[in-house]
Amino acid sequence: MPLTNELRDDILASVPSLRAFAISLSGNSDRADDLVQETLLRALANIDSFQPGSNLPAWLFTILRNLFRSDYRKRRREVEDAEGNYARTLKSQPGQDSHLEFEEFRAALDKLPQDQREALILVGASGFSYEDAAAICGCAVGTIKSRVNRARTKLSALLYVEGAEDFGPDDTVRAVINGNNG
Amino acid sequence: MKEVKKPGRQGGLNAEIQARIGHQLRAMYDDVVRQGVPERFADLIRKLDTPAADSELATNKDGRD
Repeated sequence: MPLTNELRDDILASVPSLRAFAISLSGNSDRADDLVQETLLRALANIDSFQPGSNLPAWLFTILRNLFRSDYRKRRREVEDAEGNYARTLKSQPGQDSHLEFEEFRAALDKLPQDQREALILVGASGFSYEDAAAICGCAVGTIKSRVNRARTKLSALLYVEGAEDFGPDDTVRAVINGNNG
Repeated sequence: MKEVKKPGRQGGLNAEIQARIGHQLRAMYDDVVRQGVPERFADLIRKLDTPAADSELATNKDGRD
């Protein structure tokens, strides 16, 4: 459809959540804003392919998600100061305790495989339905559900399970070795 | 005693943890949403839109005059 004033306003209204998605995905605010800019340029250049009445945010998120993935492949080997960069974008600095908690959460989120991270953000933060999230990621609804579940399980293990070594044989092995030595 | 059930406590603990994760995720996300539309993007959409509209108007005027 042509770029009407109404459509332009709707695109503009999607910018805050596009930025939140981009920052959540990349952990880097400069890179996130570049992604949003590229997304807007692509959307405006291809506005004729947008179906009137269809889900505009989902269409924009799909563009951003695909850009991020192609960009990610290119930059995979670059080392980035993601956490420090993100922390500087916060307008209101949270209290020290919650800031530490936030940093831990951000670090845990970054440890998730990309498929799981994007699924969790789309469903758990952007508020898309499983169906919309599946369309955005180009996969089956069941795949999205299982990615979200695995993401939640992994985050709870990283953040809230005391002594992650419980999952490994280290303690048992150490106890056996100590026992044998003693 | 072959039937081993998972302790109920684990389910409750898990639900609590999941609620916390959901809360943290949305807090991180909504913090950015609340920053609104940076001027950079408002400008971008405004500037991209204007030339097309202008040239269309100009063409119509030229055609009719």
